[in-house]
Amino acid sequence: MKTSTFASLLVLGLLGLPSVASAQGNSCLDCHKGLDGELQAPAVAFAQDVHGQFGLSCRDCHGGNPASDDVDKAKDKTFKGAPKRERIPEFCGGCHADAAKMRGFNPALRVDQLDQYWTSRHGQRLKAGDTKVAVCTDCHGAHGIQTSKLPKSMTFPWNIPQTCGRCHADKALMASYNLPAGQLEDYKASVHARALFEKKDLSAPVCNDCHGNHGAYPPEAGSVGGVCRQCHPSAGELFAKSPHKKAFAEIEAGECEACHGNHKVEAPTNALIGTAEGSACVQCHEEGSKGLAAAAGLRKLLEAFESRTSSAEGSLDAADRKGVEVSEARFKLQDVHTILVSAKNLTHGLDVAEIRKTIEEGEKALAEVDRAGQKALAEARFRRQGLVMATIFLALLAVALALKVRRLKVKRASI
Amino acid sequence: MAKNIGRALFKFFDERFLLSDLGAFAKKKTVPEHKHSFWYFFGGISLFLVGLQIATGILLLLHYIPSIDGAHESIQVIMSQVKFGWLIRSVHSWSANIFIGILFVHMFSTFFLKAYRKPRELTWMTGFLLLVLFMAFGFSGYLLPWNELSYFATRVGTDIAGSLPLVGGWLKEVILGGPDVSQATLSRFFWFHVAVLPVVALAVIGIHILLVQILGMSKPLGVRETKEISFFPDFIYKDALGWTLILVGIGVVCVFLPWEVGTKADPLAPTPLGIKPEWYFTFMFTTLKLIPAHVLFIEGEQLVILGFLAGGLFWFLVPFLDRRAAREKRSPAFTWVGLFVAAYIVVLTVITYTVPGL
Repeated sequence: MKTSTFASLLVLGLLGLPSVASAQGNSCLDCHKGLDGELQAPAVAFAQDVHGQFGLSCRDCHGGNPASDDVDKAKDKTFKGAPKRERIPEFCGGCHADAAKMRGFNPALRVDQLDQYWTSRHGQRLKAGDTKVAVCTDCHGAHGIQTSKLPKSMTFPWNIPQTCGRCHADKALMASYNLPAGQLEDYKASVHARALFEKKDLSAPVCNDCHGNHGAYPPEAGSVGGVCRQCHPSAGELFAKSPHKKAFAEIEAGECEACHGNHKVEAPTNALIGTAEGSACVQCHEEGSKGLAAAAGLRKLLEAFESRTSSAEGSLDAADRKGVEVSEARFKLQDVHTILVSAKNLTHGLDVAEIRKTIEEGEKALAEVDRAGQKALAEARFRRQGLVMATIFLALLAVALALKVRRLKVKRASI
Repeated sequence: MAKNIGRALFKFFDERFLLSDLGAFAKKKTVPEHKHSFWYFFGGISLFLVGLQIATGILLLLHYIPSIDGAHESIQVIMSQVKFGWLIRSVHSWSANIFIGILFVHMFSTFFLKAYRKPRELTWMTGFLLLVLFMAFGFSGYLLPWNELSYFATRVGTDIAGSLPLVGGWLKEVILGGPDVSQATLSRFFWFHVAVLPVVALAVIGIHILLVQILGMSKPLGVRETKEISFFPDFIYKDALGWTLILVGIGVVCVFLPWEVGTKADPLAPTPLGIKPEWYFTFMFTTLKLIPAHVLFIEGEQLVILGFLAGGLFWFLVPFLDRRAAREKRSPAFTWVGLFVAAYIVVLTVITYTVPGL
């Protein structure tokens, strides 16, 4: 039943034009709406379906004669019901892989999905006879298909992890393929998921951004870096020039993945560098080695700069709390933060001299921020001292006035 | 020598400005002294705050730029770069708010003491007019920093004016200078705030003070004490004591809570949640929010606006409506009306800031 919309696309391909049955009434929808459960669901869901919005109807996929109210006549010799699961990709591809047909509906839509699908792990296994793997309907739905631009669509960015997770977080299903099932949970704990779900940043990567969608395939160790570079080109470039490039290739370690992980990519902190437990460096470098000493030096450098940045920020916060306007200094502080991020990014290149040079540049900007913070704090102190002095003066004036008023009252009473 | 120069100067000005006569008038002028005299001081404090507003406002004009590209930035410069700019702007903003509060106290004390009764009807009416004018000062001045809150509060405020029956659409367009809050609105508000309102307000203040000087201060109904004190120096000294204390209070709030600059207004941003006008408009604003969409045959919003207009007119004309007070008799009905109005304003203002979602 779930696949019937795709059947409609095949019929559409055969007919070349959308059915005009809807204009004459649609006995399929009329009848199915009156049924229960699985038989009713397609008719209800079709109201939201993108194909329906383009004027396609049940007949376009399932054949039959929706103009007839008689069930037997409606299911005439052209009626073909739902396609079998292994036939679904070809079934959808009947239209979606045909540029000439798609041009009549959405000329901008790509038509290579079917070709891509056959290159995917899903497609390869389906061809090999495994019908448990994902086909079009598993990711797009059947009768309620929505364009990926709509937030309720199964393929809208923030729904994709859940869509893939329907199979890939199913422990029993994944066990049958000898695959882990924790990717969804790992992804949800990642910095990418935080950007997507908390900041609603739709450009944050989801499953298909790294694995592909129709051609989904796990990236191999050698190509992980290329995947990450789609969004992190600068880190990739630096890494390519670093001594790590060759070393990682020799031990067949996934470039970015070796230090940052894959699905559970956490926000990088200084803890990732250095000699302490939890640092990425200790995974490969032995204690007392030159590499680990360099890592310790790098961490010290970054931590010292970060600490001074926090201290300057603290001065601005304190001055702000005391009512001094520090927005300009905060603006300058953004420059310092940018330099800090840049210095951290430079660690991918392992060029200590370059990192040191960047931090020195940051120190100059930081000194300005710090000066502004100290000046603002001094201004806060000045204001408070001024208030105390002005209050003393005004209090004395008030006392003098009160005494004068009292004297005048006494004088009046004595008259 | 210096004494002789002083005398000569005084003589010069005395011959031209009749200073001796003014001095004699001030010395001769007396003010009633009784158990309710305390309330007289709110008038003097109001006048002092007007002076403070004018002085700080003129200084702000040195750096303020009335354009949507420069207004917010100039306020930021005033608050962070201009020497004592933070103090001048904070005093201007804080004292404006304190001033409106003092005006309310002054108005209600005058109302409950029935000081509006004959022959001081015009003193009351000019006073009420001044309250309206200073609320308009507040409304127009609120937009000038061109920050997010002021921008959207102005939008909400002018939408309310726009819902007035018959003239609403026209009035809104006149206030805004177009269909929405824009550069034209900022220019108009600035022009209104620094040119039109000061001229009108100073003229009305002049009439109000002149009436107070000519007619003297009213003695509350039923007060039998006949004691009086001289206006100068006795009353002035007491007034100065009040000014000094209020100045200390303003200084403290300005140092510990300088008036904030806020985020620059973004006309394309969605209206932030919980946007409110200035506190002294909230009793009207919350009434508009609480009224049902339709009351009988009329739209709720229109009913509220018409209700407040009718209420304002009643308040303005109260000296002529309270006939018993005019005959020097107690008028408890008006006291109850006054108590109801004061309680309504206080309760609605308090719930605006305490009830979530209002």
